[in-house]
Amino acid sequence: MLDSYLPILVLIVIAVAFAVGSVIMSRLIGQKKPGEVKLAPYECGMPPVGSARERLSIKFYIIAMLFIVFDIEAVFLYPWAVMFKRLGLFGFVEMGVFIIILLIGYVYVWKKGALEWE
Amino acid sequence: MENLVQMALQNVNMAAIMPSLVLCCFGMFLLMINVFMPRGKTTAASLISLLGLAVTFVVTLRAWNHPELGFAGHVALDNFATFFNVIFLIAAFLTVLMSDDYLHREGYPVGEFYPLVLFTTAGAMWMASGTDLMTVFLGLEVLSISLYVLAGLFRGQLRSNEAGLKYFLLGAFSTGFLLYGTALLYGVAGTTNIADIGFYLSAHGKMLQNPMTIAGMLLLAVGFLFKIAVVPFHMWTPDVYQGAPTPVTAFMSAGPKAAAFAALVRILILGLGGLQADWSSLLWMLAVLTMFIGNVTAIYQTDIKRMLAYSSIAHAGYALVGLVAANAVGISGILFYMLAYTFMNIGAFAVLVLAGKQGEDNLTLEGFSGFGYKRPFLGVAMSIFLFALMGIPPTAGFAGKFYIFAGAINAGYIWLAILGVLNSAISLYYYLRVMVYMYFREPQEDYGWVRMNPGTVVSIVLAIVGVLYLGVVPGKIMEMAKMALF
Amino acid sequence: MQDYSLIWLIPFFPLVGSVINGLLGKKIKNEKVIGTIATGAIALSFVVSCMLFFRLLGDSQKVHEVIIASWMSAGKLQIDWGFLLDPLSGVMIMVVTGVGSLIHLYSNGYMHGEEGFYRYFSYLNLFCFSMLMLVLGNNALVMFVGWEGVGLCSYLLIGYYFEKKSAGDAAKKAFVVNRVGDFGFLIGLFTLFWALGEHGIWTVQFTKIAEHAHLLPAGGAVVTIVTLCFFLGATGKSAQIPLYTWLPDAMEGPTPVSALIHAATMVTAGVYMIGRMNGLFAMAPDTMMVVAIVGAATAIFAASIGLAQNDIKRVLAYSTVSQLGYMFLAMGVGAFSAGIFHLMTHAFFKACLFLGSGSVIHAMHHAYHHAHLHDDPQDMRNMGGLRKKMPITFLTFFVSTLAIAGIPGLSGFFSKDEILWWAFSSTRGGWILWLIGFAAAGMTAFYMFRLVFMTFFGEQRTDERAKDHVHESPFVITLPLIVLGLLALVGGWIGIPKALGGANHFEHFLAPVFEHTQEMFGIHSQHSLHAYEFPLMGASIGVALVGIFLAWLMYVKNPEAPKALVARFRWLYVAIFNKWFVDELYDGLFVNATKRLGRYCWKGFDLPIIDGIVNGAGWLVQGFSRALRFWQTGQIHGYAMTMVIGAVIIVAVYIV
Repeated sequence: MLDSYLPILVLIVIAVAFAVGSVIMSRLIGQKKPGEVKLAPYECGMPPVGSARERLSIKFYIIAMLFIVFDIEAVFLYPWAVMFKRLGLFGFVEMGVFIIILLIGYVYVWKKGALEWE
Repeated sequence: MENLVQMALQNVNMAAIMPSLVLCCFGMFLLMINVFMPRGKTTAASLISLLGLAVTFVVTLRAWNHPELGFAGHVALDNFATFFNVIFLIAAFLTVLMSDDYLHREGYPVGEFYPLVLFTTAGAMWMASGTDLMTVFLGLEVLSISLYVLAGLFRGQLRSNEAGLKYFLLGAFSTGFLLYGTALLYGVAGTTNIADIGFYLSAHGKMLQNPMTIAGMLLLAVGFLFKIAVVPFHMWTPDVYQGAPTPVTAFMSAGPKAAAFAALVRILILGLGGLQADWSSLLWMLAVLTMFIGNVTAIYQTDIKRMLAYSSIAHAGYALVGLVAANAVGISGILFYMLAYTFMNIGAFAVLVLAGKQGEDNLTLEGFSGFGYKRPFLGVAMSIFLFALMGIPPTAGFAGKFYIFAGAINAGYIWLAILGVLNSAISLYYYLRVMVYMYFREPQEDYGWVRMNPGTVVSIVLAIVGVLYLGVVPGKIMEMAKMALF
Repeated sequence: MQDYSLIWLIPFFPLVGSVINGLLGKKIKNEKVIGTIATGAIALSFVVSCMLFFRLLGDSQKVHEVIIASWMSAGKLQIDWGFLLDPLSGVMIMVVTGVGSLIHLYSNGYMHGEEGFYRYFSYLNLFCFSMLMLVLGNNALVMFVGWEGVGLCSYLLIGYYFEKKSAGDAAKKAFVVNRVGDFGFLIGLFTLFWALGEHGIWTVQFTKIAEHAHLLPAGGAVVTIVTLCFFLGATGKSAQIPLYTWLPDAMEGPTPVSALIHAATMVTAGVYMIGRMNGLFAMAPDTMMVVAIVGAATAIFAASIGLAQNDIKRVLAYSTVSQLGYMFLAMGVGAFSAGIFHLMTHAFFKACLFLGSGSVIHAMHHAYHHAHLHDDPQDMRNMGGLRKKMPITFLTFFVSTLAIAGIPGLSGFFSKDEILWWAFSSTRGGWILWLIGFAAAGMTAFYMFRLVFMTFFGEQRTDERAKDHVHESPFVITLPLIVLGLLALVGGWIGIPKALGGANHFEHFLAPVFEHTQEMFGIHSQHSLHAYEFPLMGASIGVALVGIFLAWLMYVKNPEAPKALVARFRWLYVAIFNKWFVDELYDGLFVNATKRLGRYCWKGFDLPIIDGIVNGAGWLVQGFSRALRFWQTGQIHGYAMTMVIGAVIIVAVYIV
């Protein structure tokens, strides 16, 4: 049964060999002339400012998380809207409950001040 | 298309999730209250959550002997689920009772505590009544995420932070195992419904020997064994139990553990019954390992909270013995044991809540010197709980161990029962040591003033009643546990 | 079909009382409140007991089992928390709660001002609870719970004055000796359980045991061993030869305790137990013979020791041992209801005697206290002439003494005479047993009247300085005395035998329990008059009168006579006075030998071998524990790694 995985194994071996081989080969035969500019981290062509290992404000994370939560809500809304008529009153109430639950979360977040940047 | 919608709507059966529905409603209501109440006023929230738990209790009891199936077989509110639901509710109730004063005392009167406890309980309920791997997973996540927050509730305390973070990271890690296992089983059987997996495997006997099935079973088990805190997936337990706020620890050691047992039992017995030879031999080893490592490590602890954490690992080992036996006595023994453990362990933690004083820096053995004389009521209560944990009659712990080991002996696992009893003997050492400190050591300093508050005292008294009731007349509850088997 | 479901209340009240006083007594402090709680608790059980008892009297069905809850069930074995109410346990609960209530009331006065007042009442209530569980239990395990419970309470109460070394020693002695008996009880129970199990009957329930006892061969080795073991248990609890030595020492406890536990109730547990298992005992004629002989021997042996004691409580203690011997004699010849009858009347008059002696001691103690003297308040040689100072105590004491001496018309006469008659005429009886009982009766009359004369008659020999401080005790003390005195007077009238024109209601009432077995021994409750009956009765009255007369002669008429007698029979007196040297014999034979063996085991075996193993095991566990602790590094990647390695090993083991 494992026979059928043989091609995959071969592929993995070739891929790894190619990647490792390229690095080794360039090391062996490439010329090395390092300079200050050449060793600087690549930032889309802009001259780098400060250290790359900077800490981001935790507020970004909160906003990002909240975004996901309420984004998912929208994702659910699409299929519901497509089937709206067939689902009838029940579907409407159900979605209402769903939105109310999220609304509670929203009110909570708002009142707790998670949306304020300062 | 029309038919599909119709079918889907027919499958909606709110009665099947009624207890958790009520809990969630109360939880959301509490969140809103919390928003509009001034900070620091949490007493009302605690009372409302007690009310919510009581209402849910009534709703839950009505489901006894009236099984409900709903959501296309994803949820079943059978007696098995109801029995566990009662355990969760008792655990939550006792926890909430002891929390309000504690939170104020420690300087974190956080209103979110109560809705989080309710959500955890609801998650536990879905785990117990989930008949589909996805429902179980959903429940597990609701339970776990609420618990992560609860463990790290004391934001200003490093210990609590550490507990929350560790629990979260390792919990997420273990969820990976769980999902991997689920995926493999889905790959084998083409369904995530537990009963259907069971049917598929019994119809296709040769799939039982397929590595994919076995690997799926093992990885799934690993996910739950993590929550139960079975060696070698127990490493988080001492750190998290010690760091988390004491009532949270109390709750964590009873409710979620029982929930994971509920899901594990349902999955292994109903879904993977065909693999019993495999999983019972695995659990045999793990049970022995867990009992030994839990008990032996507990001996060296000087912090009582941490000692109880190791003891909780050991108790998970005892309960696993029932699952190894996998017969009626053993499984109903697990149900009984979980209930008994809820009473005795939460009771012991409730005593710690009162004994801890502010800052909880004296929960060491030394700090307990002469405690029994300074605080006679708490001393007696603690002794009762310790006796129960040791498994001395006439307490719940004895009856629980009795049934579990009886189940093991009936199933022919005599050695396992002997090892279990041997372990109980080891455990005497560290439990008794607490009592030695409580009653035979002179207090090091003036013990000072412990604020007794009605909530915690009621919680302790209820736990004592539970421990003694289950110990003196275990027959009735055991009968109910037998009725709760599928 | 009457309703008996309230039966659980009977043990429940004292338990509640005990818990309240035990937990809160120290805080309550107020003696009135503590006393009221304790006395009220037992009085409430008495009320409930009366209710159920009279319900039982009017009920045509006499045996009722009330199951409260299932205790444990494993396989075919089902053990319940259940109660059994039949005439036998009915009589017992009436005695326990009735006498118990009176003694609680009495204790309120007697223990007044004691340091551990709450502790005392908590133990006393706990004792009542245990005793009630013992007599009401419907199976041997519940009975055993009570059996151990009363032993524990007895230990706690004997050692109540634990600051006194003698009290502590006495408590330990009682405990150890009782353990020997309990061991017998357990062995008997297990053997019985196993023997019935061989026939497929796994039970410890009394009614089931009785129902299936016929499966075991009558007179066979199994039944004999089982009953002998049970009897060993009974000798421990009921202070019979060879395990009686703890009871006289138990007098170190407060006097009401001696009255309740060491006279009226606990020590009769052995008698009750044999009565409860009468069917089983009847199947073992050899055991019955042993019971009868031990009973008769104890009766006369203890009575002889009682002749020469000077401590008022010790006389009563030996008297109790001797009277218990009578009860066992009755049991041994198959006269079960006579034994229980004597148990009841003895509870009345002996409780009254003990409480009366307590009243005297109380008065003496106060007098000495007043006069700042440290004389022994229990020594009869310091008393005398108290009848005028303490008229109520004297009167009740005197009535009870007449009862125990067997003076016609009083309770003790009927019960003792019935025992003597059956000892003579039962198919298992004989003239030797009768003769021993007869002689013991004479001695009883003598030493009891010696006690009365020395205490209440003649000149007051108390120290001059204390003499005038002796007063009658307060009402809470005398009231129980009066009630018990009345009971000692009339309590026997419910069991007047047919020969004397009575109807013997008592025996008739107990018939559902005993009739069947008693008939095996030729004992019928409605037996017709026998030619020997009146002559024997006359003889025992005669010997009692002779005893009384001798006592009068030696202690009132001619107080110098005892000295002359002692001088004449020096060796006999020394032997009796020193209790036939049995304590010394036991010390030499068992205690010292055991100690030496223990020492040898300790030095020769324990230290090098056992300790080595134990310490080694402990060291191993600790070392293991220490090593495991380092595994718990606190580093989260380490934890995750452990999980992964664990999972990989598990998967690898099962798949590869």
